[in-house]
Amino acid sequence: MTAPTGPPPVKRHHWIVRLTHWLTFVLLAGMVMSGLQIYAAYARFGERGGPYYAPNPFENKAFPATVRLGGWLAGGLNWHFTLMWPLVIGGVLYVAYLVASGEWRSLVFRPRDVRGAIEMQKYYLRLRREHPPQGKHNPLQKLAYSFIILLGVLSVLTGFAIYKPTQLSWLTALFGGFQAARYWHFWAVWIFVAFLIVHVILVFVVDPASLRAMITGWYRGRFPSHD
Amino acid sequence: MTDYNVRRYDGTLYDTDRRTFLKLGLAAGLGSIVAACGWDGGNGVRPLLLDVSRLNDWVGEKILFSERRLAPQYDVAERSERLPSYFISPELPMLQNPSAWRLQVGGLVRQPLSLSVADLQALPRTTYTVKHHCVEGWSAIATWHGVAVSVVAERAGLLPQARYVRFDSFDSGYFNGWDLASAMHPQTILAYGMNDNILPPTHGAPLRLYSPTKLGYKMTKYLVSMTFTAERPGGYWEDQGYPWFGGV
Repeated sequence: MTAPTGPPPVKRHHWIVRLTHWLTFVLLAGMVMSGLQIYAAYARFGERGGPYYAPNPFENKAFPATVRLGGWLAGGLNWHFTLMWPLVIGGVLYVAYLVASGEWRSLVFRPRDVRGAIEMQKYYLRLRREHPPQGKHNPLQKLAYSFIILLGVLSVLTGFAIYKPTQLSWLTALFGGFQAARYWHFWAVWIFVAFLIVHVILVFVVDPASLRAMITGWYRGRFPSHD
Repeated sequence: MTDYNVRRYDGTLYDTDRRTFLKLGLAAGLGSIVAACGWDGGNGVRPLLLDVSRLNDWVGEKILFSERRLAPQYDVAERSERLPSYFISPELPMLQNPSAWRLQVGGLVRQPLSLSVADLQALPRTTYTVKHHCVEGWSAIATWHGVAVSVVAERAGLLPQARYVRFDSFDSGYFNGWDLASAMHPQTILAYGMNDNILPPTHGAPLRLYSPTKLGYKMTKYLVSMTFTAERPGGYWEDQGYPWFGGV
């Protein structure tokens, strides 16, 4: 047994944040997998007989059964249209918490964070020796987390545009039409996947203690300062 | 795999879609929701998914659907080169004696009707060029000519108990159930023409249901009857797990 040597634990994440974080992870995985099942039914973008949107490296390709959920088109649809409820409710709960608690201030990227983001990028590129001082999140984290919330909003909106292209034709038109909305809805998936990969790598490489903080709420790592 | 029960008109041009449809057909033939691939959640989850699907039907009908909102219309120049179609019979469904064909309008109406194509063509004509949305994800633009379901319903004298409509076909028992609001939408028509011509057999001749407010599988082709009911009718794909409301 060793005595704790680092700084004392800091309360880092409210239970709503932890709950919605892991809920989103599981539900988004289900949405992506059922979405890949739905994609298999028409694995391209564009009108019948018309031009296809480019680029799409997955054109006319089927994803392996192991990453598809639903078994067939109807199954994929039913999973997708079931999981969307808790996913959106969780997302709304999370954003409502950010607003109500004022915690959005330490998460939302604002113009004043540009300078800090450049310094942080310098540090990562080893152009700067010492880690810049930061609050709960560094400016690059703020940028990433703000962006991913926007991507979530975009996914919901493009989802509605595909779901009801006649009733919500104004929304569908906003995204450039039904096939273009499908295209953006599909590409959001790959941005989520890329985010996930970088997110997990950074957790383990830069700050493994943040994983425990997202489970227990308490942070015992190297970056305990708060805004 | 020879036991297909879904035939696709232009399948040779769209191999992937043909395969998908054959899978659907095979699954139907086996009376199973599980096709060749993937995992659907099993018997424990499926009833929950179908319950949520009913909730989504309700949201689709009561919140997102409007009886007055019209689907966007397109210029005839924007028509797609082709619009795929399918039927579930082993062969293209064709009438032996087209002149004897009648649409039977019945159920909860004051005056059941038996209408020939000429009778339907004599009623006020609706024409529009709209986008077709398939549940698979493809879309295509075509022009349709027909008579609004609401016009025929008015002639038959709808009884107040009527809440749903059942559309039956001569394509191996293919049928659909509709909510009354969608059926009475001004753009929901009994179509006898397509792209300035009479309705071709591949698209449901002599008469099919059409509406730009629904997914393709809700629009019954090869119609024989339109029955107003108080109980919710199912449907060929709907009974296998596809969303019942199927609105877009």
